[in-house]
Amino acid sequence: MLHTLKPSRSLLWAAMVVAFAIAWGVLHAESEFEVGITLVAIVVVVLAARWLRVAPAVGASMNDHPRSLGWACILGVLLLTAAFYDDHFALLLLCTVLLYSVAGFGLNIQFGYCGILNFAGAAFFGIGSYTAAVLTTHTGTPHLLVLVVGGLVSALLGSMLILPVLRTRGHYAALVTIAFGILFKTFLEVNDTLGGPQGMRIPNMNILGWQLNEDIVIGDLDISFYANYAVLSLVLCVIAFILVRRLERSWIGVSMDMVRTDEIAASVFGVPIARMKIIAFTAGNFLVGVAGAVYGLLTSYVAPNNFTFSDSLILVSMVILGGIGNPWGILPAAAIILILPEKLQFIQEYRFLLYGILIIAILLFRPDGLLPRSIRNFFPGQSRT
Amino acid sequence: MSMEVFSQYLVNGLMLGMIYAMVAVGFTLFFGVMDVIQFAHGDVLMLGAFTALVTFLGLDAIGITNPWLQILIMLVVSMLLIAVVGALVAKYLILPLKDAPPLNTLLLTLMLGLVLRELVRLFYPDGSNSKPFPRLLPDHELHLGAFSIRADSAILLVAGLVTIVALHYVITRTKLGLAIRAVAQDGETARVMGINFHWIVLLTFGLGSAMAAIGGIMNGLYYSEINFGVGLLLGIIGFSAAILGGLTNVYGAILGGFLFAALQTVGSVMLPLIGSGVPSSYKDVFAFAVVIMLLAWKPSGLIAERSSERV
Repeated sequence: MLHTLKPSRSLLWAAMVVAFAIAWGVLHAESEFEVGITLVAIVVVVLAARWLRVAPAVGASMNDHPRSLGWACILGVLLLTAAFYDDHFALLLLCTVLLYSVAGFGLNIQFGYCGILNFAGAAFFGIGSYTAAVLTTHTGTPHLLVLVVGGLVSALLGSMLILPVLRTRGHYAALVTIAFGILFKTFLEVNDTLGGPQGMRIPNMNILGWQLNEDIVIGDLDISFYANYAVLSLVLCVIAFILVRRLERSWIGVSMDMVRTDEIAASVFGVPIARMKIIAFTAGNFLVGVAGAVYGLLTSYVAPNNFTFSDSLILVSMVILGGIGNPWGILPAAAIILILPEKLQFIQEYRFLLYGILIIAILLFRPDGLLPRSIRNFFPGQSRT
Repeated sequence: MSMEVFSQYLVNGLMLGMIYAMVAVGFTLFFGVMDVIQFAHGDVLMLGAFTALVTFLGLDAIGITNPWLQILIMLVVSMLLIAVVGALVAKYLILPLKDAPPLNTLLLTLMLGLVLRELVRLFYPDGSNSKPFPRLLPDHELHLGAFSIRADSAILLVAGLVTIVALHYVITRTKLGLAIRAVAQDGETARVMGINFHWIVLLTFGLGSAMAAIGGIMNGLYYSEINFGVGLLLGIIGFSAAILGGLTNVYGAILGGFLFAALQTVGSVMLPLIGSGVPSSYKDVFAFAVVIMLLAWKPSGLIAERSSERV
């Protein structure tokens, strides 16, 4: 009776409806009971998908119709924003997921494509936030430009690490970025001009006269100001995603894949290894920095404690959990990693413990991540032989 | 600088170096046999210190009050238990991921560190605050001319030296050491020669973790307090030390440990001299910056592994 489902566009849309319905449920749930029901629903959906063997068909539909998948995601996020228009906390979570995804795309360029480990993600995120804080407090730079400058400063400071990153391999390279992350956080804590351990306040964001940090009031309708940021984050996320996909499909992406899989073979074929690594490292840090700048403006507050080694680990676990090298995987991974601990508030103290155990279990039993990267498909939509 | 201040800095630096070396040696041993980084190693050290603390409380309760006997029992209990913990980690978390990408093992052990920290914080009574560690060693001053040192620091330094010499003996003079070195050089060949790979990995993890337990007790006795979060930074510093030393050489790790402590000490002395705006709290910034520069200069550590690229 169980025919294998054929990949199709309608199957894709159905899967996305289920996914966003679950997302709505998770964001909506507040009491223990509601969260429990949502978790049970997730388990049921996963089990049903496994029993009906729809997962491969859904995956194939995603590969065949990337455009529909993209539109479905944009539409889904907009619908979620509309559904939670007056719920500050849900919208804040939504923005955080989108912005961390952008940072995840950056890291994905680095170790998904080019194989450069970066354990200082939170540091580059923080550089973006602090740049935004300093620029908006002390200068009159237009705020859209601040976002770009945040990314540029992050890439620039990251270029200090290029020499050691190029010369080292494997665990040695991991140490370079770990040391940088700790150095950065310690520096912020002892530096008084940047606010020390207390951090800095950031003025409200303003794009072309549009105040992003004020609620929108239309008649009786009071829309949370976070909705502004949700739209801004979505736009940023979409742009970043398109950039990453273009990069992956270009000759640069192919060269990066070669550098990752076998440096010696790549150099034999004339691929400029150093140049590829520099491009990947710089582009990745730029994206992380831009995400950090928006995040700083969103929370209107930066402090060194938001950019610790553990936060870098959260970024790395997002990329690994999603499936290294697959930007699509980062979105659900970011949602799980960021929203789950918040919704598990009722087990308060124990949530970090559970979070650690969850990641360990995933690494032991599903080491390729939720959505493993599929083999390069140059012509999406065409049937594969 | 007066002789007294100088000797204080020197003793403190040596003490830190000794603790870092204890941690770094573990990283090197593990990397040798399995080519993995066990990032929860710093937290294993913390666990060792807490085990010793619990043992002490237990001994106090049953009325054993001789401090030397207490230290001895604490050492034995903590080393044995932590060695078992290390071996269990190897058996259930490291060996199953033998063929996975190294990044996965790294992340897994980092998460294990988080789990260990949280376990102590949640389940040790009032675990989120620092716990006083008993002062069991005599703490009068010893004088050697203008040079003075507290008796407990002197004892800890000598004990550390003895431990390192003992480890050297185990690795170079015993059958176990020979097997560890064989597995480190080439696991496949070692297996062909009849060495039980599985057991040697477990024993190596036990040995390295027992070293961390000693490091944890030294750390506790020196600072007279212990905190659940102490392992994170100690683990990262130990890892830096092992990397600086070259990751394949136990002596490199010891050298790296003392080097890192020297950097921190020099940083805290020299930085205020540069200008009044540079407080000594920048010492960690300084130490890690130098580590990055050293790696740019010697990309595979100070005592580099001899290797050639195989295609």
